[in-house]
Amino acid sequence: MGEGIYNAALMEHNAHPDYKYEMENPTHTHEGVNPSCGDDIILSLRVVDGIVEEAAFTGSGCAVSQASADIMADLITEEPVEEVKRLCELFLAMIRGEACEEELEDLGEAAELKSIALMPARVKCAELGWRTALTIIEEEL
Amino acid sequence: MTEQRILHGADMLTERGRAEWDAAGVQVSALVDNPYKKDFPLLATKPSLAFLDSAATAQRPAVVLDAQRNFYESMNANALRGLYKLSVEATEAINASRAHVARFLGLTDADARDIIFCRNASEALNIVASSYGGSVLAAGDEVCITIMEHHSNLIPWQQVCERAGAKLVYMYVGEDGVLTEEEMRAKIGPKTKVVSAAHVSNVLGVENDIKLLASIAHEFGAVMVVDGAQSVPHLQVNVRDLDVDFFAFSAHKAFGPLGIGVLWGRHELLEAMPPFLTGGEMIDSVTEQAAVWAPTPEKFEAGTQDAAGIFALDAALTYMEGVGYEAIQMRESALVHTCMHRLADLDFVRIIGPADPALHHGVISFNVCGIHPHDVSSILDMDNVAIRAGHHCAQPLLAHLGIESCCRASLAFYNDSADIDKLISGLQHVWSMFHGD
Repeated sequence: MGEGIYNAALMEHNAHPDYKYEMENPTHTHEGVNPSCGDDIILSLRVVDGIVEEAAFTGSGCAVSQASADIMADLITEEPVEEVKRLCELFLAMIRGEACEEELEDLGEAAELKSIALMPARVKCAELGWRTALTIIEEEL
Repeated sequence: MTEQRILHGADMLTERGRAEWDAAGVQVSALVDNPYKKDFPLLATKPSLAFLDSAATAQRPAVVLDAQRNFYESMNANALRGLYKLSVEATEAINASRAHVARFLGLTDADARDIIFCRNASEALNIVASSYGGSVLAAGDEVCITIMEHHSNLIPWQQVCERAGAKLVYMYVGEDGVLTEEEMRAKIGPKTKVVSAAHVSNVLGVENDIKLLASIAHEFGAVMVVDGAQSVPHLQVNVRDLDVDFFAFSAHKAFGPLGIGVLWGRHELLEAMPPFLTGGEMIDSVTEQAAVWAPTPEKFEAGTQDAAGIFALDAALTYMEGVGYEAIQMRESALVHTCMHRLADLDFVRIIGPADPALHHGVISFNVCGIHPHDVSSILDMDNVAIRAGHHCAQPLLAHLGIESCCRASLAFYNDSADIDKLISGLQHVWSMFHGD
């Protein structure tokens, strides 16, 4: 019996998220919701001089949505906004099956979520944190 | 997943479960043996699948699939229109099915004129809300529904109430999911024009006392509308005995084809109602500026009907009658008792709705502590166990119960003890993935 998307990395991020906490002085905060399943993420970023100095989230939802958001927060911390945008778009492209293997190296641990593409019903869960980050970048930055 | 978890049938029964089975009058072996699975091609060809989502849509027996095919192969023509033999045969097939549905609901062949074919129970309920509700509701009137309604028996009433300036009133249930007479009488009154309720809840599995609801509704001159989508697969329905005014169900939950819904209504109400959809087949005569409606049921059946589906529904009803409601209920009761007892033995599972298995008609909703239902469902899917997870198109009910979503295992007579074994071992797998062995 396989573990599928529920590999050790995902289960670890779900059980012990490093970036799931209330940020003290965010410059940007946005809530992302998947109404059909109740996944809810409030993503906060502290952007200084075009660099994401801190990323954190609160909220509730399934293991996939929460772990994926934690993995994303880890990846984008201390990255320039333009790079964060590129990584988020790359992640979404990966989920759609449109990214090539070489590019995926840039996503680090997040590349392990690639197989979510085989579970169409769960794609929205994996995407939630990344879409929320893109919304902040596109609407507020 | 360790080997010792894969146990089968009677070995896995707790003593409590065994006693309940005996109390229900069913031999343990009766649920290990499955004389029905072979009738259902999808189940027969996927022996490792535990299909526990029949409340969403049932599987169909070969006789239903054959009927659909036979229609296209031997009598396909546009019913009602043609004057040639083939079209007449298609028309006769629809009429025969209509009469069968009437008898199935406890009516006579003469009542077939009050059986309306549409796409599904949702459309049937939209016809009632829009055509009946739309013509009788005025500002200040009330429509009374239960908090456990599927969105299909909720949103149509929201819409028509908004248009009419009427008020949508809810009857609430306690933790046990039971709607009391006290609550019915507190909400149904002189302003009530329509009472509409699910016969059986698609989340809680409870049966509402429709007869009582109908009698209270009639005391105040209101009509009683019943959403029978979840009851028809499990309970024998007699609309005269229930003394209701409208009754809707979907063929696809009753082992029939997708895309066929049924609405029955009292003749005088249907006659007085305006049509829902307009177009071909539903008129007596048309001039450039006006039209005269055909009598019911044609008035509500605009456009070309899915005659093959209607013919296949006829076959589904024949199949169900062949199995018999007595056998269906006995087997389902034993399955539900066993499943609930086995779930209760898992200390990380919380069952939603009544604790008494006898109150669950084919549906058992539950949550796994601290694990989102979508994760539960995805992991069960890896073990080839199909359940539903989410809000089950009943968001107001879930909000009332204080939960965002839940898991739902729904059973039919074609399930067996191996399906329950797989659900239980699958849930142990879910728990061990999140919490270790």
